[in-house]
Amino acid sequence: MIAIHYFASIREALDCEHENIDLPDDVKTVEQLISYLIKKHGPPWADVLGAGSLMIAVNHEMTDSNAVLDAGDEVAFFPPVTGG
Amino acid sequence: MKISIQKEDFDIAIETQQLREANPETGALVTFSGLVRDMDNEKQVESLTLEHYPGMTESSLETIITEAQERWSILDASVIHRIGELKAGEQIVFVAVVSLHRADAFSACEFIMDFLKTRAPFWKKCRDEHGESWVESKASDDDASARW
Repeated sequence: MIAIHYFASIREALDCEHENIDLPDDVKTVEQLISYLIKKHGPPWADVLGAGSLMIAVNHEMTDSNAVLDAGDEVAFFPPVTGG
Repeated sequence: MKISIQKEDFDIAIETQQLREANPETGALVTFSGLVRDMDNEKQVESLTLEHYPGMTESSLETIITEAQERWSILDASVIHRIGELKAGEQIVFVAVVSLHRADAFSACEFIMDFLKTRAPFWKKCRDEHGESWVESKASDDDASARW
């Protein structure tokens, strides 16, 4: 099982804040997770998670779509940050 | 090191006094405060709503301050960032750095603020006369952190 969090404009566009999924055997990286989520949920997810500006964190560390996933990981998808 | 993500406002005088008392060898104290501007893109801003990623926000700020401590000779640093709805004119963020001499504190304060803007997971939604919209990230912020 992995936990997935969506923030800010991405959360609103997907109308989803959080979901837990059992990691399928063929999903080993964030890139494969994105493909899986797009297939699972349908059209709006392809646009939102396919955006070039998408930022990714695994276990609270910024990373990219090549990051390898393990059971128990926390993955977050969010737009570029705008604090300060 | 102090990192606080909070809804409540902060008092710069109290924060700087705490840093001075905790670090009696301080010779230089540099602070930065960020406020909600009343105008943005020629529109009247009513409020900003700040969202963050609990847990990751704190750890990313800790990493940024630790990097600053490795690059400059600083004694201590504080970062306070507010969340929730903030009206025009209110304080959003506070960064303070203490060191023996001013050059280290000036540079470290700027470094912390530049990376807070590009690496700490906060997002702003702006309410103005036309409604609500998410604030877009600025290329100038990426340029500011890239120079370090």
